[in-house]
Amino acid sequence: MTKPLLALHNVSLSFKGVKALTNLSFTVQAGQVCALIGPNGAGKSSALNIVNGVYRADSGRIVFDGTRFERIRPLKAARLGIGRTFQHNALFKHMSVLDNVMAGLTRHTRTGPLSHAFHLPRGRREEARMRERAEQVLDFLHIRPHRDAAAGTLPYGVQKRVDLARALVAKPKLILLDEPMAGMNQDEKEEMSGFIRHTNRTLGTTMLLIEHDVGVVMDLSDQVVVLDYGRKVGDGSPEAVRNDPEVIAAYLGTVH
Amino acid sequence: MPSDRSDATVVVGQSRAGLAGWSPQSRQLVPLLAGAVLVFGVIPALGNDYWFNAILIPFFVLSLAALGLNVLTGYAGQASLGSGAVMSVGAFASYNFLLRLPMLPLPIALLLGGATAAVVGVLFGLPSLRVKGFYLLASTLGAQFFVEWLFNGYGWFSNNSSSGSISAPRLEIFGTDLSSPVHRYLLTAVTVAVLTVMTVNLVLSQTGRTWTAIRDMDTAAAIIGVPVARTKLLAFAVSSFILGIAGALWVFAYLGTADAHSFDIDRSFQILFMIIIGGLGSVMGSFVGAAFILLFPIFLDRVAVGIFGGTVDTGLLQNLHDIVFGALIIYLLTREPRGLAAYLTKLSDRLRRGRPAR
Repeated sequence: MTKPLLALHNVSLSFKGVKALTNLSFTVQAGQVCALIGPNGAGKSSALNIVNGVYRADSGRIVFDGTRFERIRPLKAARLGIGRTFQHNALFKHMSVLDNVMAGLTRHTRTGPLSHAFHLPRGRREEARMRERAEQVLDFLHIRPHRDAAAGTLPYGVQKRVDLARALVAKPKLILLDEPMAGMNQDEKEEMSGFIRHTNRTLGTTMLLIEHDVGVVMDLSDQVVVLDYGRKVGDGSPEAVRNDPEVIAAYLGTVH
Repeated sequence: MPSDRSDATVVVGQSRAGLAGWSPQSRQLVPLLAGAVLVFGVIPALGNDYWFNAILIPFFVLSLAALGLNVLTGYAGQASLGSGAVMSVGAFASYNFLLRLPMLPLPIALLLGGATAAVVGVLFGLPSLRVKGFYLLASTLGAQFFVEWLFNGYGWFSNNSSSGSISAPRLEIFGTDLSSPVHRYLLTAVTVAVLTVMTVNLVLSQTGRTWTAIRDMDTAAAIIGVPVARTKLLAFAVSSFILGIAGALWVFAYLGTADAHSFDIDRSFQILFMIIIGGLGSVMGSFVGAAFILLFPIFLDRVAVGIFGGTVDTGLLQNLHDIVFGALIIYLLTREPRGLAAYLTKLSDRLRRGRPAR
């Protein structure tokens, strides 16, 4: 067993008295793909948003890579090495694909505006290095042909991949994927889950993802955490979760 | 594209075919060099005082101001109606530096004026950390009125001149007197060229990327590691630095004498319209917008006087002129909301492909 990269301990969250999460605890081992599943409104997105500081938990704590926190700011989370993709396209739509991905490198930038304004050698060298790094990621996710296109003009499936590239380029230890395959057809889903698996296997990036397609989840994940009404009702390998009666009752058993 | 490149290059007069064998950098260099020769060689040699004073100097200064606002609004997405105020801070600061530190060379005074404007701009930018859009516009409007009131109400800023106005104490660099029109034009053109190059460098760098990132989607920008607050305030600083220097030039090189009313809310609106019409998030758009807003009315005036001169009441002529100008703005913006710069790019692309522009 590897050491846990991420651990949530008794995390609770409510919005104006409505409980979104109740005493949620789970751990994700380094290098694994963990899926968060559950019906709509189960608290999956809330859990993700607490991990990278978009929401602040009412109580409970989080340990990421040895750093313990109760609340964190999104920028700090990014600096710790938590990457994130978005359910609804959150690309910088007027920027090129390359610029979108290079923007993901900001937390690694060492040169400042003066160096940029005067085109100093240090800034130029860093720019060249960043470009090279970004282009590697474009190749890795097969989006180099779209390099110079404005992100907002691309097909939905490609945009989702650019989103992943933008997170991946900063070499995060953990990537939070919020419905990376939402709204895709079967072929696109398979392609995307192929890229997620490829990233995980090749780069060892830990993944915590939200997905509704149970088939994809079972296929892709090492671990599945099942939420229902803000509580954890199942946690284990895909097989174990599939056969858990409580899970079946809460989620898998219901016909959508 | 002809397959035999050497064939294409011998055809004299087909510059594009001739340039095909050049590297992309040198292909960009040619129009740049041509522009430099025009601005610093041909125009100073051929221009007359009317052109310098009434057209070229105000055009370049307002282009610079538009460029400054474009950094903030076009690139970083932060709305502002305080451009006039920021310009006046640059003007009054440069004036006071020159007045109170007599040994200070003019370029240093301009830089210090820009730096002062940058500090004030960052202060005015602080509300942007909490509010955006119309609310930010309203708070910059507050800043606009505050600065006007400050410079009008406190004589210290204008060296207690009875009219509250300031003028360039001495316009010289290293002993060379710059008060003639052609020298004031060159001072303006050199300043604008340097600041434009720096701005282009910035917007094409990681700094520019973070600006457009917070413009397009600030929540996502924070989550992927862009320091949103710092990036916004940096945009306010750079924008205000440029606007401040533009303000100083507006007094020193163009008006000669000015007071806080030269930088009132109308000035802020004028500059905002320049970048909206010229093109938000476009360096070229800043210049095109300034040319359109400043020069087109002059052109229309000339045409109107030429056609109706003496036969139509001048008041009526002025109204007609406003109507034509307004209608043209509406037409162009509905045609191309991204501004005249985008419209011109589309036009030249179509011409290049040999099809007539629609």
